[in-house]
Amino acid sequence: MRRSLMVPLAAALSLIIAACGGAPAAPTAAPEAPTTAPAPTAAPAAPAATTGRLEAITARGTVICGVNNNPLPGFASVDASGVYSGFDVDFCKAVAAALFDDPSKVEYRPLSSQDRFTALQTGEIDVLIRNSTWTLGRDGDVGLDWSPTTFYDGQGMMVRKDSGITSINDMDGATICVQTGTTTELNLADVFRAKGLTFQPVVFPDGDQTRSAYDAGQCDGFTTDKSGLVSSITLLSNPADHQILSDTMSKEPLGPSVLQGDPKWADAVNWITFATFQAEEYGITSANLAEFSASEVPEIRRFLGIEGELGKGVGLSNDFAARVIKHVGNYAEIYNRNLGPDTPFNLPRGLNALYTEGGLLYSPPFR
Amino acid sequence: MVTDGATARIPSPDIQRMVTWVRANLFSTWYNAVITIVLVYGLISALVGLAGWVAQAQGWPAAFTNMKLILAWTYPNDQIWRPQLAVLFVAALLGLSAGVWRGVVQLVAIGAALTAGILAVPAIGLPEFAGMVGLPSWLALATSVALLLLGIPIGRRAGGWLRWVLIIAWITAYPIVILIVRGGIGLPVVETKLWGGLMLTLLLAISGIVLSFPIGVALALGRRSRLPIIRIFCIAYIELIRGVPLVTVLYMGSLLLPLFLPGGESVDQFIRAMVAVTLFSAAYLAENVRGGLQALPAGQTEAARALGLNVVQTTFLITLPQALRAIVPLLVGQSIGLFKDTSLVVIVGLIDLLGAAQNVVGQPDWLGTPGGVWRETFLVIAALYWVFSFTMSRVSKRIEDSFAKSRH
Repeated sequence: MRRSLMVPLAAALSLIIAACGGAPAAPTAAPEAPTTAPAPTAAPAAPAATTGRLEAITARGTVICGVNNNPLPGFASVDASGVYSGFDVDFCKAVAAALFDDPSKVEYRPLSSQDRFTALQTGEIDVLIRNSTWTLGRDGDVGLDWSPTTFYDGQGMMVRKDSGITSINDMDGATICVQTGTTTELNLADVFRAKGLTFQPVVFPDGDQTRSAYDAGQCDGFTTDKSGLVSSITLLSNPADHQILSDTMSKEPLGPSVLQGDPKWADAVNWITFATFQAEEYGITSANLAEFSASEVPEIRRFLGIEGELGKGVGLSNDFAARVIKHVGNYAEIYNRNLGPDTPFNLPRGLNALYTEGGLLYSPPFR
Repeated sequence: MVTDGATARIPSPDIQRMVTWVRANLFSTWYNAVITIVLVYGLISALVGLAGWVAQAQGWPAAFTNMKLILAWTYPNDQIWRPQLAVLFVAALLGLSAGVWRGVVQLVAIGAALTAGILAVPAIGLPEFAGMVGLPSWLALATSVALLLLGIPIGRRAGGWLRWVLIIAWITAYPIVILIVRGGIGLPVVETKLWGGLMLTLLLAISGIVLSFPIGVALALGRRSRLPIIRIFCIAYIELIRGVPLVTVLYMGSLLLPLFLPGGESVDQFIRAMVAVTLFSAAYLAENVRGGLQALPAGQTEAARALGLNVVQTTFLITLPQALRAIVPLLVGQSIGLFKDTSLVVIVGLIDLLGAAQNVVGQPDWLGTPGGVWRETFLVIAALYWVFSFTMSRVSKRIEDSFAKSRH
């Protein structure tokens, strides 16, 4: 009796493995599935703990840069022929230019707002440049290291010119179109509560819907980041009928971030970013780089790596700044290419000017 | 098949009869007349409004200049002939099969040829890119139409050997398509991170359907097993997966799985999504198959036993074939659902058809277009989704009809 029980039991166990237990493994084990074998160009990222991220990137030959999958015009988008461009993308290229003297050595990884930080934590990407706001929580709990802010944004408010509204203080009882689930929505509530004003939020899950509702007259005001408002206004039926209030409702410092715990790699990204600021301060552009290379000013010769060993200290080549300028340009060139007067945005520099011109961009000295 | 047209035909267009029908159904009482007039007015004004909007909307160029992104995302331009070759390969297979098996398969092939032919017309105006190696879209579509239609007479004339070649070709079609698109064995590898658009949506859906089928059938059989361990395991798996939404499974596969794996073992994002979609789909498929098995009269199994067939023979020769045949409409319905559900992979950073459209809407090129281009672009995407879903549902209807006939 006992033996006769054992036979089906053994069969059962083997069947579980074959039929059910094998189930989760089947898709990857199936011979027809695309294999996970490392491709020639991009080997899986080595863990930061054993060897440094910088060495791993150098060995791999490309830098993996996390960008926005739901594009913000001007910051990251893919054009009709499949090429990435935008303000954030240019900073990805700057990192590749500094490391490999070739801005095309970037592997872009489109990321949603939900999975962007996980991608850093799991080591799938080297650096995240995805219009992400530097906050204490993200620096601390999420475990990131933030590089210098490349774009100072802030939440703004758009209204109709004929509404008579000139500041947020005039908006008591107003209906306001806002995208749901964003810090924008929370900031809006905070600001109005602090001012003792009431408002009626009209929320949408999607930025396009929010703008269209405002355009259709469903709300008195429309709020999002100011850079977003500037691009949104060009998409309205009658852009001339609308204005962006001067009030700024929140601080949104956007910049590159890397995973905490690898100071060498964080330093490299920091100084590549600073190099774009410093180049603008010196007035070195991709066009006049050759003239500056002949300069006798010691400061500039050190910055461009002609003398001294500045790059070595942060694990980069000594001429990393010159490489960045040559391929991508200084900060002003990056800004103007993507957001400046010749683009549909025509976004004033504002806080994003050098400290010498009343902005916040300030690079520690290169020496 | 021959009588198919006759059953669908409306009785001869007799004006007298039409008037009678309208009077009896639409204007039978005064309030029915009022309702009819109000509804017809509403319908016409909605259509006029839509037509007016379609004519004056300025956003149509967005979808068309970006059709390469929408169809294949950043798949290298100089390798674009490979997805095209994969489509042509399947078209040729389907065309030849139509000639060999006729019946439903032939209707499917003709339907597919019609769809491709209709899509080829707007494709004529699509822009070309420098460095693109492959056929222009319209020519690729036209070639697949030709392969589908030419295959029919060729398949019809060929001998019985073609039947076996085709059976083997269909079984290996999925790995062959993946091989062509992904590369390896002589072809340069195009990594999945470059895949996207309609191509990714289709490959993800097809992978989900193909790979979940054996798992689903195994789970269904396991759930009906008399061995408690297998039964409990299968029930637990099915109910666990059916108890959570696909989004959860995708998050699990895409965000949590890499955290559990040892550092550096980065699994391809596409494979992660594919595994999640397959495991999710398998649980639902298992329930559909179980439904088919339970619908079989007990006499079938008893007769098989009486003939001396063992359990394996009974399952694979008697019950399973009948059960699968009974649930074809369910399976197609599930496939359509899965095809559309793949749009959820946007949240795990894959750029599918919907993700590509979102990118198009966000290109700075369209700033300054009053109202933006999102309505037009998403309408084009919706049309693409509809073409595929509608084709699948028509195919299922045909299969159903032919089964219904063959049963009598």
